[in-house]
Amino acid sequence: MEIFDYSRVESAAQAIAAGARSKTAQQGANVRFIAGGTTLFDLMKLNVEHPETVVDINHLPLDKIERTNSGFQIGALVRNSDLAHHPEIVKHYPVLSQALLSGASAQLRNRATTGGNLLQRTRCVYFRDTHMPCNKREPGSGCSAIEGFNRNLAILGTSESCIATNPSDMNVALMALDAVVHIQGTKGARTVPISSFFLLPGKTPHIENVLQPGDLVTHVSLPALPEGTRSVYLKLRDRASYEFALSSAAVVAHVRDGKFESIGIALGGVGTMPWRAKAAEAMLKGTTVDPAKFRSAAEAVLKEARPQSENGFKIELATRCLTQALKLATRNA
Amino acid sequence: MSEDPNKPENNQDFPSSALGPSSRRTFLSGVGAAGLVASLTPFSAAETAVRPLEAPSSGGESFARSGALVNIRLRVNGKDHEVQIDPRSSLLDCLRENLHLTGAKKGCDHGQCGACTVHINGRRANSCLSLALTNQGDEITTIEGIGAPEKLHPMQASFVEHDGYQCGYCTSGQIMSAVALLKEPCGGADADVKEAMSGNICRCGAYANIVDAIQKVRGKA
Repeated sequence: MEIFDYSRVESAAQAIAAGARSKTAQQGANVRFIAGGTTLFDLMKLNVEHPETVVDINHLPLDKIERTNSGFQIGALVRNSDLAHHPEIVKHYPVLSQALLSGASAQLRNRATTGGNLLQRTRCVYFRDTHMPCNKREPGSGCSAIEGFNRNLAILGTSESCIATNPSDMNVALMALDAVVHIQGTKGARTVPISSFFLLPGKTPHIENVLQPGDLVTHVSLPALPEGTRSVYLKLRDRASYEFALSSAAVVAHVRDGKFESIGIALGGVGTMPWRAKAAEAMLKGTTVDPAKFRSAAEAVLKEARPQSENGFKIELATRCLTQALKLATRNA
Repeated sequence: MSEDPNKPENNQDFPSSALGPSSRRTFLSGVGAAGLVASLTPFSAAETAVRPLEAPSSGGESFARSGALVNIRLRVNGKDHEVQIDPRSSLLDCLRENLHLTGAKKGCDHGQCGACTVHINGRRANSCLSLALTNQGDEITTIEGIGAPEKLHPMQASFVEHDGYQCGYCTSGQIMSAVALLKEPCGGADADVKEAMSGNICRCGAYANIVDAIQKVRGKA
């Protein structure tokens, strides 16, 4: 690990001023905010990240879950375990609680934060191995995964430069819930819908989201859902626990008079970013709830899939995962 | 290793100055480089920069990138300590190398095995993934802080009773996780315990006995 400056900030303004000195807010940033550290410190040990300055933001007052006029607002420093077990979150957004509890381990969830999970980095083994080419880590060096070990990597949103999967479960739930990311930066505060927060790899897989130097994610907000909305997170993986998804699905459905009044669907484990399943939503919204239609809705999403040498099985796995999640979300509806 | 393990060690190859002033790590790595496997003279902690604090004071809030050691204050097992560390130290390394609390173990060093589990402010955490600098002001508890050989914590006693280990390397992490679990929302079934304990890997495969040990303490056995 390389040597770094360390500073502990007490206000968002201090954090923003410190962050603004970075050349980038993306891979290889020379200034990094640290909260739980479960991703950043890990990657620093691997020399994948080597910030010159580490800014400790743990003392900022961003650790509250609050009800607002339009839903809930979650501070960026709310720990994953606190969010997952919060009674109002469990009651109103079970998909989020389930997604969080399906990720990592109890120890990690006690440290990992909402903001950190949002910015969680891929688990692609080549990204984490500085001896191997990786366009996400070293732009222009090539992608080792496309011709390499790619069983657990993405089939949606890939490019010739990168097929790394976004590993977060929380992000999949946030995507299905239409969450909004609140950011404070050098030019003031702004909000970004989560559907616009992440960027496809394209030719620049080292740029993963819209954050600029000095930007501090302060909150994530969740819209209030209509009474009777049901939601579920289903995760399929190689082990029963403590493993990243091979495929997962988040479904948020409001059924009225036997019809999908509204529906939000996102997939995890298969996309280079948490994958909004717009094709399935379009097929189901406004229609009568009929489990016989669920598989074709799922197939419509996976139609765009581009499998690699080892991960073609994910097409069927993700199709079944979403089909089953839709059934779970509409059981007895 | 080619050295005869029965051959007496030749400490003259390692004048004390080559071992560095304080670090067990540098001592062991110096020895390891020469391929010695014979018994080692126990190192002295006398030179380490660890001392209980007489009065609390506010810690330094920033330092420049110089490679110098820094002083931090850590509260561990109810006692305040001022420790001089490499700023890159994990909490785990700080506990083991500076405070000589070697109960927490280094397994993977990447938050994947759970052997380093301690409590931070009453909640379990992987000490290998916590930058020690960020733990100033936290209340840290290690396995040394929950029981002693003559007065075992009920969870420690239950692990003994149920043979919840084999080699023992993961055990302190397992027990720290299990003690924390008692205060967490966790269902009563064995499956719930297995899920809650999935962050602690046991290479020997003592899982069934570990679950039994925990359930006994929870009154679910």
